[in-house]
Amino acid sequence: MHLFLASATLPDTITFAIAAAICIVGSLGVVVSTHPVHSALMLVMTLFGVAVLFVEENAQFLAAVQVIVYAGAIVVLFLFVIMLLGVDRAESIAADPLRGQRLTALLLGLLVLAEVVLLGRGRWPTGAHSTAGALNQGTKPNVNVLGTSIFTTFLLPFEITSALLVIAIVGAVVLARRPRRPVGGASSPIPSAKGLTGPPEAEGDDTDRGPLQMGVEDLEDSDGLEAGRPGVPATHGQEGSKS
Amino acid sequence: MTVSAAWYLTLAAAMFSIGAIGLLVRRNVLVMFMCVELMLNAANLTFVTFARELNDVGGQAVVFFVLVVAAAEVVVGLGIIVAIYRRRLGATADDIHVLKG
Amino acid sequence: MTYSSLLAVIQTPHIDYTAILPELICIGGALALLLTGALAVRQLPTVVYTAMTVAISVAAVVSSLVLWHIVQLHGAFAAIAKSLAIDGFSVAFVLLASCVLVVAALAADGFLRREEVAGPEYYALALLSASGAMFMASANDLIVIFLGLEIMSIPLYILAGFDHRRQESGEASMKYFVLGAFSSAIFVYGIALTYGATGSTNLAEIASFLANNVLTSNALLLAGLGLLLVGFGFKIAAVPFHMWTPDVYEGAPTPATGFMAAIAKVGGFAALLRVFYSSFHTLAIDWQPVLFVMAILTLLTGAILGLVQRDIKRMLAYSSINHAGFVLLGLQAATASGVSASLYYVFVYAFLVLGSFTVIELVGKRGDRAHPIEGYRGLARREPFLALCLALLLLAQAGAPFTTGFLAKLYVVEAAVQAHSYALAVTAMLAGAIAADFELRVVFLMYGASAPAPAEATDAAPAFSIEGSLAVPDPVSSAPAPGASTGTLASAAVMTGHDLATVTVAGAAASERVEVPLLARAALVLTCGFTVVLGIWPAPLFAFVHAARLLF
Repeated sequence: MHLFLASATLPDTITFAIAAAICIVGSLGVVVSTHPVHSALMLVMTLFGVAVLFVEENAQFLAAVQVIVYAGAIVVLFLFVIMLLGVDRAESIAADPLRGQRLTALLLGLLVLAEVVLLGRGRWPTGAHSTAGALNQGTKPNVNVLGTSIFTTFLLPFEITSALLVIAIVGAVVLARRPRRPVGGASSPIPSAKGLTGPPEAEGDDTDRGPLQMGVEDLEDSDGLEAGRPGVPATHGQEGSKS
Repeated sequence: MTVSAAWYLTLAAAMFSIGAIGLLVRRNVLVMFMCVELMLNAANLTFVTFARELNDVGGQAVVFFVLVVAAAEVVVGLGIIVAIYRRRLGATADDIHVLKG
Repeated sequence: MTYSSLLAVIQTPHIDYTAILPELICIGGALALLLTGALAVRQLPTVVYTAMTVAISVAAVVSSLVLWHIVQLHGAFAAIAKSLAIDGFSVAFVLLASCVLVVAALAADGFLRREEVAGPEYYALALLSASGAMFMASANDLIVIFLGLEIMSIPLYILAGFDHRRQESGEASMKYFVLGAFSSAIFVYGIALTYGATGSTNLAEIASFLANNVLTSNALLLAGLGLLLVGFGFKIAAVPFHMWTPDVYEGAPTPATGFMAAIAKVGGFAALLRVFYSSFHTLAIDWQPVLFVMAILTLLTGAILGLVQRDIKRMLAYSSINHAGFVLLGLQAATASGVSASLYYVFVYAFLVLGSFTVIELVGKRGDRAHPIEGYRGLARREPFLALCLALLLLAQAGAPFTTGFLAKLYVVEAAVQAHSYALAVTAMLAGAIAADFELRVVFLMYGASAPAPAEATDAAPAFSIEGSLAVPDPVSSAPAPGASTGTLASAAVMTGHDLATVTVAGAAASERVEVPLLARAALVLTCGFTVVLGIWPAPLFAFVHAARLLF
C-alpha cells in the first residue's frame, strides 16, 4: 500500500483502484461467462476501465478513441455477429482443441505470474529515455503532440495502416460472398453420407441440375453414383476394401 | 500525480495473462477473439504507462496503430466465423432450406 | 488556420519513393486489380487477372533490382523518418518476396480456373500479403514490423479459407486466425516491454541504446525479447509454436498453402534475423541458448513427425518445420556468415516449397480434397513431367548434391560449426537425414513401385479424361469406365489394403490424366530451373547473398 500513497493524491488513487477493479473483474468475466453476450458486455466494461486509466495517464485522445472505436465499433461488431449467428448457435462454434493446450495455459499462467511479481516489485527501470519526442510539451494539448508524432516520426506506419484497412474490406467481401453455385444440395460435407442415404436420393438430386452444375463431390463420390445405376453392383467399393 | 507505473504495469500484466489463459482454456471462438482483445488492451495499457514514465510520445502513437490492427483483425476474424457458420448451415441444418431462398 | 500555416506546424519527413517502390507497386497493383474487377462490365476471365498480377510482380522484381543497384552503388540508407532500413539484406528479401509472387501467380492460375473462382480477390490478397512481407523485411522500427506482420498475415488467413466448398478450408482459416491473432497479441506485448526497457521502438535506436548503456536490470528487456521470439516463432512455425502448421497446410487450398509457406517464412525470417542479429546483438549471450533449444526441437520434431504422415501436404508441413530449424541454425550462430547462410536457405526454400505445392495441386486435381502419399505411386509413368519436377524439388529439400538444397544445408551447418555449436550441427545433420527419408520415400514411390494395374489405367484414361470444364461422362461413352475403375479399385485394394478413401483416390488418380496448364508448367520450370541451375553453378547466388549486408 505504501506504493500507492508514496506519490499519488487520494482522488487519483481511488480512481485507479476502482478502474483497476473494473478491469480485472471485467477480464475475468470475459473468460468465465458461459454466455458469449455476457462475455461481450464484460469486455465493454473492461474497455471502459482501460479508458479511465488512459485519462489518468494523460492520454486523453487515446481514451476517447478507446471508447469510440473499441466499445463503440468493435464490441458492437461482436454482438452483431453473436446475434446474427443466433445466441444458441454461437455456443456451438468451437475450435478444435490443441493437444496440451491446458498445460500450455498453466505454464503461461505461471510465467506471467512471475512477470507480475517482477513488475510489481517495481524493479523495472533501465535508464531508458525518450527518443520519439517529449509527451508533455508545456501547454500543448495531448492531441496536438500525438498528431505531430504520427505525421512525422510515425508517418510510414500511419500510411501503411491504409493497406490493413483495404485488406479488411477485401477480406470481409471475400468471406461474406456466397459461393457461385448452390451449396445446399451440391456439397454434402461428408462424402460417405450420400452413399449411406442411398442411391435414389442421389438420382433425384441430380435431375434438377444440369451436368455442368454437378458438384465436385458428385464426381469424387463416384461409387455413390454408380451404385444408383442399374446393373452395377452397389457394394463393390465396400467389398474391395474388406478383402 | 497518479499512482506509480508499477501498479499500472502489474494490472496490464494481469489482464494480459487472463486474456492468454482464457484464449487457451475457452472453446468458444467468439470468446477467444475477445480474449485476444483483452491481450491487446493490456499491451496498450503497458505502452501508455511507459509513455508516461519515459515522457515519450512514441508509446501513445503505437497504441493508435494497435487499435487499427485490432479493428482490422476483428473484421476478418468475425468474417471467418460467419463464413464457417454458413458452410455448416448448408451442411447440417436441412430444415432451414427456406431461409436460403 | 490556413493550409500553409499547418504545413509550417508539422514538418513532414522526406519520403523517398524509390525506397518503397516495390511495396507501392504491390499495393497499387492490388488496388488496380480490385478496380478492374469492380469496373469491368462483365466477368473478366481469370487469365486477365493472372496476366496483370504477373506484370505487377515482375515490375516489383525490376524495381527491387533497381533498388539493389542503388544500394550497391551508394550504400545502405534509412528512409522515411528512419522507419525503414534499405540495405542489401532488406532488398534481397524484398526481391525474394517479389519472385515468390511471380511464381505463386503463375501456379494459382490453373487452380482458380479449374475451381471456377472468379474475380481478382485472390491475387489482390496475395499482392497485399507480399507487400506486408516486404515491409517486414525492410522495417527499421518494431511497429513497422508489427504492421507488416499483420498486413502479411491477415490476407493469409483469408486465403487459407478461400475454398468455399471444403469445410476443412474454413477450419484451417479459423485455426490459423486464432493462433495468429494470439501470437500477434503476444508480439505487441513484447514490443511494449522492449519499448519500456529501451525507450524506443526504432531498431537502430534500440541498438545504440544497448551499445551505450549498461542496464541496471535487463529482466524487462529479456521478457520483451522472449515474447517477440514467441511471436516470430508462430509465424515461422518453430517448435513449440508449430501446432497450427499441419492442420493449416492440409486445410488451405493447395496454391494458397504454397504461397503461405513461402511468404510467411520470407517475412518472418527477414524480421527475425534483423531484430535479433542487428538490434539485440549485444544480448546474443542471452538469446543464443534459447535459440539453440528451439532449433533442436524444431529440427527433430519436424523430422520425426514427418515420418508418420500419410497426407503429402501434412508431410510437407512437417518438412517445412524441419527447414525452419535449419534456418534458425544460421541465426543461432549470431555471425555475419550465419545470417548470410540463413538468407541463402530462405531464398532456396521459398522456391522449393512453391514448386512442390504446385505439383501437389496439379496431382490433386479438381476438388483439391485429399492428397494421400499413396496416390503418388507410379506417378512417373502417368505424369513424367510432374514426377520429374516433384522428384527434383524433393531431392533438393532432402539436400541432394547438385541442387540448391545441398549447398543451403551445408552453408548453415558450416556456420553452426564455426560458431562452435557442434551439438546443433550434429543434430541438424541427423534431422536432415531423417527428413530425407520421408522426402525420398515419395520419390521412390513415384519412380520405384509399380502402379496398380497400369494397363487398365491407360485403357480407362480416355474415357475419364475431362478437359477444361467438368462434365459428367454420359452413360454411353463411359460405359466401359466403371468396370475398368472397379477393376483398378479392387486390385488397388488387394495390393495396399488401405482404407477405402485412400484407395478411391488412388484409383481415381490412376485412371485420370492430369491436365497441366501452361502457366503452372512455367512456374514449375522456373522453380526447378532455379534449383538445378544454381545448384550446379552456385557462384551468382553466393555472391548475391554475400553482398546482402545489414545496415548496422
